[in-house]
Amino acid sequence: MNVKNLGHLADVNKSTIKIPIFTEKVKVGWPSPADDYIERPIDLNEYLVNNTAATYLVRASGDSMVNAGINDGAILVVDRSLEAQHGKIVIASVSGAYACKRLQLYPKPLLLSENIKYPPIEIKEEEDLEIMGVVLAAINQF
Amino acid sequence: MFALVDCNSFYASCERVFRPDLEKRPVVVLSNNDGCVVALSKEAKSLGIKMCDPWFKIKKDYKQQGGIAFSSNYELYADISSRIMDILEQLAPRIEIYSIDEAFLDLSGIDSCVNLDAFGHQCLMTIKKWTGMPVSVGIGPTKTLAKVASYGAKKYPQTKGVVDLSSKERQKKLLKLMPVEEVWGVGRKLHQHLNKIGVTNAYQLAQLDLNYIRKRFNVVLAKTARELRGEVCIDLEEQPSTKKQIVVSRTFSRRVTDLNLLNEAVSDYAARAAVKLRREKQTCKLLSVFIRTNPFRKQDTQHREIFSVPFILPTNDSRDLIKAAREGMSQIFRKDLQYNKAGIMLSDFYDEGVYQLDLFNPQERKELDKNLMGLIDKVNTTNLGPITFLAQGIKKEWSMKREMQSPRYTTNWNDLLKVN
Repeated sequence: MNVKNLGHLADVNKSTIKIPIFTEKVKVGWPSPADDYIERPIDLNEYLVNNTAATYLVRASGDSMVNAGINDGAILVVDRSLEAQHGKIVIASVSGAYACKRLQLYPKPLLLSENIKYPPIEIKEEEDLEIMGVVLAAINQF
Repeated sequence: MFALVDCNSFYASCERVFRPDLEKRPVVVLSNNDGCVVALSKEAKSLGIKMCDPWFKIKKDYKQQGGIAFSSNYELYADISSRIMDILEQLAPRIEIYSIDEAFLDLSGIDSCVNLDAFGHQCLMTIKKWTGMPVSVGIGPTKTLAKVASYGAKKYPQTKGVVDLSSKERQKKLLKLMPVEEVWGVGRKLHQHLNKIGVTNAYQLAQLDLNYIRKRFNVVLAKTARELRGEVCIDLEEQPSTKKQIVVSRTFSRRVTDLNLLNEAVSDYAARAAVKLRREKQTCKLLSVFIRTNPFRKQDTQHREIFSVPFILPTNDSRDLIKAAREGMSQIFRKDLQYNKAGIMLSDFYDEGVYQLDLFNPQERKELDKNLMGLIDKVNTTNLGPITFLAQGIKKEWSMKREMQSPRYTTNWNDLLKVN
């Protein structure tokens, strides 16, 4: 697998704290030659979240979606504002609880797991299918 | 044109957002210490539950009927609320956040190019899809009429949650159906007086002679009547007005007799109030402390008292406020009494930076103090915090019960919704 370095990461949780690294020290002496090149650090939120107001984080539990790259304990980034299309991984309400499944709309509506151990869930009536949102990303920690 | 977007049973609906199994079930939310009902779903209402019903009285029957109850989960409610306000800011040019679950939108500018009823449905559907929250939308030429419209949208299911009162005809029809006490700004006392002179619905109030209202009642009610007629008297307030006072008070989880615990409690409230004060960029010159015993326990000796501690110079330093709170407490505390509530109030506000020079506290020192408080506030917004003062207590034995609280789904990593 090829990997590419994207630069240094912003501290996602602490993005409100700005530590002025350059400003304080240059009162006396020679200004840092790097001053002109200060850029905003890469922000993971920017990469993972399109619509802040409609984005929720949930935690995957179990191994029913491992073949889609969702491990037990992964954090899922869910966007409620997106339309659930055929083939998307969604959070759907299955018998009163939310579950993460791949949505199949045709030839007939099914919720599919990504693990041979779990059979597809049939959707008998269109009204029975309540989708909370579309999963945009899974964050697995190793 | 104005629109009022109002969430339906806000707290109860928040509890349903991550719990699809609660969709048709009765849901109630309880006040601090699980004392009484502060919010209830439609289904709970139809079981005969009312606002302010004491939990211990309804508990057994309510649970038997399949109802579910939650302690208040303010973290969740605040997060859902801010998402809704975000969405409204994307949909409308100007909004006024009126309360945690209501906002007024100013539709001038867009009212000529969109169908208002369709706009209302767009707000309703976007909020429902993005947050799961059901809302009602009332549209009218004044804020008071938008409120009237919202009343109609909630009351009559056939409106599908949106009422547009652009037309005079529809205004008249709905005003006639609306009891006068439901009108925005008409309190209980006023409503009794109005009933006495034969005014029972909103339309009759709108038709009253304005001079007569001013003479017999007050100018505020005259304003309300003009607004009901479609004349704009109350504009959108985008900037929330700066607070004139800050109150932090809580009922304890149990009765407290120990001065140390009371000191802890008021120190904690003072520290919380200090954070609010600094957020508003204000300083205060007066802190009042109050305590009371439980007025419902007639068998106990009753005592309630308030004591105010003035500051020589306006301050918003947590340490000053905590010190004053403890000083005040030592003045009012009486031994062997069972207190069940305490609180502090800050008042006499000044803008930060507007203060007299202090002979004994040099400017430099002040800057350092200010930086320290700023740093503590900053750290406390991250997961490195919280930094608290030891005076606030560690165990907080007095702090309130929230025994039936739902997870803080959106604000705490450990509480995220689990999906299989």
